[in-house]
Amino acid sequence: MPDNNTLEPELTRNKQVKQNFISTGSEWTFELLEKYDREFARLADTFRLDTFPNQIEVISSEQMIDAYASVGMPLMYNHWSFGKQFLSNQQSYQRGHMGLAYEIVINSNPCIAYLMEENTMPMQALVIAHACYGHNSFFKGNYLFRQWTDADSIIDYLLFAKKYIAQCEEKHGIDAVEDILDACHALMNQGVNRYERPRPISPAQEKERAKEREEYIQRNLNDLWRTIPVKETEQLTQEFRFPQHPEENLLYFIEKNAPLLETWQREMIRIVRKVAQYFYPQRQTQVMNEGWATFWHYHLMHEMYNEGLITEGFIMEFLHSHSNVVFQPAFDDQRYSGINPYALGFAIFQDIRRMCEHPTEEDRHWFPDLAGTDWLEAVHFAMRNFKDESFILQYLSPKVMRDLRLFCINDDDRESYLEVSAIHDETGYRNLRESLAAQYNLGNREPNIQIYSADVRGDRSLTLRHYMHQGRPVEKDSALEIIKHLHRLWGFDVKMESVDHQDKVIKTHELPKEELNDEEEGI
Amino acid sequence: MSIIIDRRLNAKKKSTVNRQRFLRRYKNLVKEAVQDAVDQRSITDVESGSDISIPRKDLSEPVFHHGQGGQHEQVHPGNKEFNTGDRFQRPEGGGGRGTGDGEASDSGSGNDDFVFQINRDEFLEYLFEDLALPNLVRKELKDITEFKMKRAGFTSAGSPDRLNIVRSLRAAHARRIALSGKERREIRKLKRELRIMEVSPDDTDQFRVKELRERIIELNGKLKRLPFIDDFDLKYNNMTKVPQPSSKAVMFCVMDVSGSMTREIKDIAKRFFLLLYMFLERNYEKIEVVFIRHHSEARECNEHDFFYARETGGTVVSSALRLTDEILLDRYSPSEWNIYIAQASDGDNWEADSSKCRKIIEEKLLPKTQYYSYVEITDRHHQNLWHEYKMIEKESPGHFAMQQIRGHGDIYPVFRKLFEKKEAENA
Repeated sequence: MPDNNTLEPELTRNKQVKQNFISTGSEWTFELLEKYDREFARLADTFRLDTFPNQIEVISSEQMIDAYASVGMPLMYNHWSFGKQFLSNQQSYQRGHMGLAYEIVINSNPCIAYLMEENTMPMQALVIAHACYGHNSFFKGNYLFRQWTDADSIIDYLLFAKKYIAQCEEKHGIDAVEDILDACHALMNQGVNRYERPRPISPAQEKERAKEREEYIQRNLNDLWRTIPVKETEQLTQEFRFPQHPEENLLYFIEKNAPLLETWQREMIRIVRKVAQYFYPQRQTQVMNEGWATFWHYHLMHEMYNEGLITEGFIMEFLHSHSNVVFQPAFDDQRYSGINPYALGFAIFQDIRRMCEHPTEEDRHWFPDLAGTDWLEAVHFAMRNFKDESFILQYLSPKVMRDLRLFCINDDDRESYLEVSAIHDETGYRNLRESLAAQYNLGNREPNIQIYSADVRGDRSLTLRHYMHQGRPVEKDSALEIIKHLHRLWGFDVKMESVDHQDKVIKTHELPKEELNDEEEGI
Repeated sequence: MSIIIDRRLNAKKKSTVNRQRFLRRYKNLVKEAVQDAVDQRSITDVESGSDISIPRKDLSEPVFHHGQGGQHEQVHPGNKEFNTGDRFQRPEGGGGRGTGDGEASDSGSGNDDFVFQINRDEFLEYLFEDLALPNLVRKELKDITEFKMKRAGFTSAGSPDRLNIVRSLRAAHARRIALSGKERREIRKLKRELRIMEVSPDDTDQFRVKELRERIIELNGKLKRLPFIDDFDLKYNNMTKVPQPSSKAVMFCVMDVSGSMTREIKDIAKRFFLLLYMFLERNYEKIEVVFIRHHSEARECNEHDFFYARETGGTVVSSALRLTDEILLDRYSPSEWNIYIAQASDGDNWEADSSKCRKIIEEKLLPKTQYYSYVEITDRHHQNLWHEYKMIEKESPGHFAMQQIRGHGDIYPVFRKLFEKKEAENA
């Protein structure tokens, strides 16, 4: 089939293959979904894709918008911000400004994937390959997910959370609950442990612990805040600092140490914290996760075609959708909104395979460990052991940089101009790769904010520190808003200091006094 | 192994609660938007839902993120002519370079509005919040010819379509238990005797055993002959007629169409009538509207003529009021109908007529109506009609209300003033 070969080098079905199409039309049925799924499962097995069991759910577009609104989770506590999300999605969907995602997949065991009923058969097949075998195997294999999330218990935990928060609303009123949730949501990104993770516990234990905590926490707190009658010397104040080391998990600190919160409020902080922690790996593996899923839907579909299971029309429709997914507009394009994680991830995984199978001189020089080895082993290794930052640093090859025509702009507020610091050439590859990797380092992307001290023996004020990275300030207005929220949780003065790399305080953010008084009246 | 589940039949609208939370939180903003919308929209639109737009900055959710400044490097795709070391002007605003992760999205700096839709019911809910119909009395029950069938227990007679199966079978069961008591007691007794005999077979009187067995069979036969269900087991759902308070309302739109009424004034009047209509519609199941237009003489007409036909001539308001009264007597008995009259005019009237109007309203119309509202659409001085009406308002507060509308912007506020909840009435 020469015309096929010009289209795509991998479409190598020859005339001898018996054509045994699973379906020919574009309409899908449940039997067909099952058949396709079975074929994908068989092929995935040959590629050693280890997955959680799949639970494929067919939903309508309306339900899809619903699912969007509650961060994709099948159940979630109620909050106005989800309603806002819902309204804006609904509006743009109805106006035709936005297409819906073809699928949503949830990192749980069994792995839940939503298919939209409007999709054609080829689209459904693509989604099954992408979500049920691509994402699913990533969730099960990648080290961050293995370390941080409990696929087994997330749904149970959310159920617990939803019920608990609903009970709180009944007991304490919607407004009181909303205040806490608003504050917690603002601090969500600062509510994760980045480096260590406690031992996972089951939802049943979770419930029991919630009860225990209710009793214990208050007792401990009283200890902590017990006023000490002895007047302290200057020296003593300097020695005693609480917390002893700056705490990166703001929500954790508040939950455990805020003096005035009630136990149900602490439990709610904990819930938001847990949810934030659950999503943390996803935020760190966007490029890899999407790249991996795209890589596999691409290969699984081609295998299907090569085995004569799908028609030409089918593969054409698939390729059309696929190329939409991995489309990367150039920086000066109207549609440009940053690097498309699908495009970048797919390109890198494809390139790993290429370097293994058909290495060039350049590849042998840059990636001696990859050239000529087993590609399947190589991609699995990459999937398991990296996150976006390290993945790019490790695998972004000169060829991908050339293909995407990457270049790096240096923006320094001390200069009046922007400078192109590296482009896709011999001298630029390494710089380019490093700065792209750094771009995916959450630590650089978000301001690094930690609890620096709580004046437990004085006025109980709380001091945050923003450790500035390369002189970048935090955005002032939202920082003040968040300090207001923090103040609500903490109950006493809160301020935030931006410090440079020598711990010199550059700027202090705090609430104007009169606003503070307003807040206090509100409490 | 995969499971495929069809969830399409599951609950949609999972987000309803969240949506309501959102509306609840921003109630005041939404209310403002609704009021703006009603002022700006064309009249026919008020029937539908509405796009609500509220300022985005009021509903931002803050997150810590970097502001402008400092040094940072950013990688972009699609290089065409740049070389290492090229320098160029920093683009204005600097925000156009997305980072792929919402630096621009959550900052709340955008001034564009957040737009979403609410449906008609919600729209009206916000529009008419805190408003109440004065004198919303249920009409006297004794005069009522309207009935509603209501369930009222069970009877033993009725038509087959009202048969209540559960009740009937329960009655049959009870009857069978009641009628078979004696026999079953005897069977139990005989069986006990039989068992005792079987335990000690040696001194058993075989003849007695046989007799007992026969007796048991006979008794069982008797039990079997009890009918499973009998005529008097049958129970029927009972329905009774309950008189319904009238929920019918009629609204009289009375408008001056003389030469002095310009197109614009009529437009304002139309909006006012429409608001009133929608408001009544929320309170009554059925509403009829009677249009009466008048210049020097009054005529009942259809909606189109009412708003669009132009006539010239003098103005005699009392003619319209007299016609209203005639129609009331003829077709809308006050015992059945809740009657609302809304009159719109530019205030012109034939000098000697105004006191007549007062008389008709006070003596004939007010005793029959729930509420009489008068709006004067003018920005000139009030003429004698206004002053006469003022006297009515003084004497029958709560039944008669009047307001002046100067322009489009006044319609809704005036409407609110006419119908706002009065504390005294609630008490």
